[in-house]
Amino acid sequence: MRVTVNNQVQSYDGDPQMPLMWYLRDELGLTGTKFGCGIGLCGACSVHVDGKVVRSCVTAMSDVSDHKVTTIEGLSPDGNHPVQKAWRQYSVPQCGYCQAGQIMQAAGFLNQNPKPSDEDIHSAMAGNICRCGCYERIFTAVKTASQEV
Amino acid sequence: MKGENFENQAIIENVSRRNMLKGVATAGGLVVAAQFLPGVAMADGSQAFQYKTGAGGMPGGVVWDPHVFVSVATDGTVSIVTHRSEMGTGSHTSLPMAVADEMEADWSRVKVVQAPGDEQKYGNQDTDGSRSIRHFIQPMRACGAAARQMLEMAAALQWSVPNTEVRAENHQVVHVPSGRKIGYGELAKTAAGLPTPRLNTITLKDPSEFRYIGKGEVKIYDLHDITVGKAMYAQDIRPEGTSYAVIARPPVVLGRAKSWDAAAAMKVPGVLKVFEIPPTPMPAKFAPLGGVAVIAKNTYAAIKGREALNVKWDDGPNADYDSDTFKQQMAETSRKPGKMERNEGDVDKALAGAAKVIDREYYIPHGHHATMEPPAATCRIVDGKPEVWACVQSPGGTRGDVAKLLGVPEDHVTVHVTLLGGGFGRKSKCDFAQEAALCSKEMGGQPVKVIWTREDDIQHGFYHSVSYQHVTAGLDENNNVVAWRHRSVSPSLMSNFMPDPKRESALELGLGLIDTPFDVPNLRLETGTAPAKTRIGWFRSVNNIPHAFAMQSMVAEIAAETGRDQKDFLLELIGPARIVDPRKDTSQPLWNYGDPFSTYPIDTGRLRAVIERVAQEAQWGKRSLPKGHALGIAAHRSFLTYVATVVEVGVDENGNVTVPRVDTAIDCGFCVNPERVRSQIEGAAVMALTISKYTNITFKNGRVQQHNFNDYRVLRIGEGAMDVRTHIMPHGIETPSSGVGEPGVPPFSPAFFNALYNATGKRIRELPLGDQLQA
Ligand code: FES
Ligand code: FES
Repeated sequence: MRVTVNNQVQSYDGDPQMPLMWYLRDELGLTGTKFGCGIGLCGACSVHVDGKVVRSCVTAMSDVSDHKVTTIEGLSPDGNHPVQKAWRQYSVPQCGYCQAGQIMQAAGFLNQNPKPSDEDIHSAMAGNICRCGCYERIFTAVKTASQEV
Repeated sequence: MKGENFENQAIIENVSRRNMLKGVATAGGLVVAAQFLPGVAMADGSQAFQYKTGAGGMPGGVVWDPHVFVSVATDGTVSIVTHRSEMGTGSHTSLPMAVADEMEADWSRVKVVQAPGDEQKYGNQDTDGSRSIRHFIQPMRACGAAARQMLEMAAALQWSVPNTEVRAENHQVVHVPSGRKIGYGELAKTAAGLPTPRLNTITLKDPSEFRYIGKGEVKIYDLHDITVGKAMYAQDIRPEGTSYAVIARPPVVLGRAKSWDAAAAMKVPGVLKVFEIPPTPMPAKFAPLGGVAVIAKNTYAAIKGREALNVKWDDGPNADYDSDTFKQQMAETSRKPGKMERNEGDVDKALAGAAKVIDREYYIPHGHHATMEPPAATCRIVDGKPEVWACVQSPGGTRGDVAKLLGVPEDHVTVHVTLLGGGFGRKSKCDFAQEAALCSKEMGGQPVKVIWTREDDIQHGFYHSVSYQHVTAGLDENNNVVAWRHRSVSPSLMSNFMPDPKRESALELGLGLIDTPFDVPNLRLETGTAPAKTRIGWFRSVNNIPHAFAMQSMVAEIAAETGRDQKDFLLELIGPARIVDPRKDTSQPLWNYGDPFSTYPIDTGRLRAVIERVAQEAQWGKRSLPKGHALGIAAHRSFLTYVATVVEVGVDENGNVTVPRVDTAIDCGFCVNPERVRSQIEGAAVMALTISKYTNITFKNGRVQQHNFNDYRVLRIGEGAMDVRTHIMPHGIETPSSGVGEPGVPPFSPAFFNALYNATGKRIRELPLGDQLQA
């Protein structure tokens, strides 16, 4: 099968059931996509498939055959997506481990809903855990980015 | 342990690493290893170390030599070594920033370099105990100042002018009379050849000249990398040829695999090897739990291989561990006289003669760190020399443990410290790095990465200790508290390092109980016995969580019983501003977080001040609140820092609880990086709200009953603590800096439950809240 990752076509002939997350991390070395829970509960592994946010830990390789996957490494050529900029403006991260997933979630969500209410932001981001507790700043950054996208 | 003097020592480190320390040279060459340094400095009349800390008593002590920490490239890039681990508290930023400030380096031209584990070279590296700033702000300032003086000296030499005519200024040295300037890059070679100035010749900057220290305007060093996915954590390390391991660990601590189907696992495509790791008898320190390891070409194949193993277990002596039964046993223990730990006056007599006795019991279950990055480590062994990459808070200890495990000299082991995706104490324990070393050895030295899944993490942790707290207060006819008896029952984390003492050690008592600050004439603190039936670890603020929960809930309970305001009564019970010195009244030497009492006494004036500040900021008693909302307050000293918190809760008719606003006042002495202090207080509120609402690790048949974020819940966005206001008490540089990473946690839960009481009239005495409001 073939899958496009960050605009590069890759061919894959391993186990079609392997979660996309392990393929990205172990085979392509795209370790920006994080492993947090493996069962779709934390959002650390969030990537975009054809522009929509998915949890790559519960997305099988067979599901992305002939689709376009974007990871944090490919979100913006210069790393200056409005969400990334807002994240830096508010110094959102503590340990940073959840943040790539948070940013991918926020970017995908703002794509679908560019003018979200506060409640929309909460529910869109509720699938992404931050154990360090950066939620207040995550909220502020998403809100700020929404005024820019 | 009894009778030993632990003043100025970190107990865990010295108990667990005593052997390693034997024979460690304390000084040599340019590296001034400074077990004795603060004292020497002061005897020398140096101003570089203005007050004493316990840093010298930690393994490796203090090193401040710029030849170790600073290098200047000819293009002017200044590299500053960070010897502490970055787990989200700001270590990569705050201390290097202090070095940069003192050396007049421009932060935009600074590269931060992570040190490998090497405590002889860098000094102590244990990033826990809220110690990084507390122990290293003085040495790192001295380091930066020494580097500045060396650059100035280099310029003076190059220009052949007297030292007194040159001055370092923002990455260059200026010849003051002529206005000539020379960049740091051009001075690099000459400066590097100069000896380190003697400590008593080092002149620190005047605080009015600080560019970065105390300002909070420097962005965290890894910010860009984090936002573009380039930040590297241990889970992300994969040297050429890495294979991946997961381990089926015994579900009960000290259990051992009886049988397993290695052939079935080997049939899974990609699986390379299956082998057993035997358990280590207690006290096992941080040795691996044992189990059956599966090594494969990728993580997925390793996980699949492990599923095929079908391990049968011999559960061993902890199979009877049952949280419900254990709780009952602890409750009963707490109702009987315990071992005296601090005694003033005559509590028994005072209680017998009291007009009113208030008797309350509190329960705090096991908790788990659940760092966002589950533990992971990679090891390869080349020519008998192990090289480890790991997310450890304890790179020095990890190096020693891996050396011992593999039977190689310590200086053959390299421990690279990655970024840590959260630590909270879990990653002070390097069992996962030792597992990686065993796996690599089994693979003939090939690189192997050991990955813990979330289930592995939650089921095989070093758990925050379960605890039962029993507080009894006696009041006279005027409702003055005349007797205070607090019994604490909790398995000890010392069980990792020594035969299980079955009660809190001096260190655990030091975590917020022995320093009880109340102004009560008859006061008695006791411990009761409780064995450790699992691995007990330290979790952000440790025993301060149960101690503060019990003490500060009790204060509010007495206030309620006697019709007084929570804040007023708290201040009344603390009494006038004074130094509380319990040292003459304790059964064993006071553990003051490993730091000297003279530098960091128990100062009720500072405790009162944070309470008064937070009450004012939160408009205590004056704020108009919507229906169903109320405020609660609590205060606690931990890690030598004073914190008071006011929590606003809102409760709807279905018993759903929100936390619309939190105010926290913190007195951490001189505040080096207010921006990261605020982020730590924000994070502490979220973590403590998780503790209050959800955290509960339970055991049945010796097994942890929780698995993943479905049954071990943590707070999500919008659930509360989204408006956390941090109020930092202002202090000059002369006030010793104290801990920040942990002290935000302990007062939160009691403040939350005190607010909940004010909102609902219901007093919660067992953590977590769960559905107790609905019950
Ligand atoms: S790792 Fe995929 S949602 Fe947690
Ligand atoms: S920043 Fe550490 S988990 Fe979010």
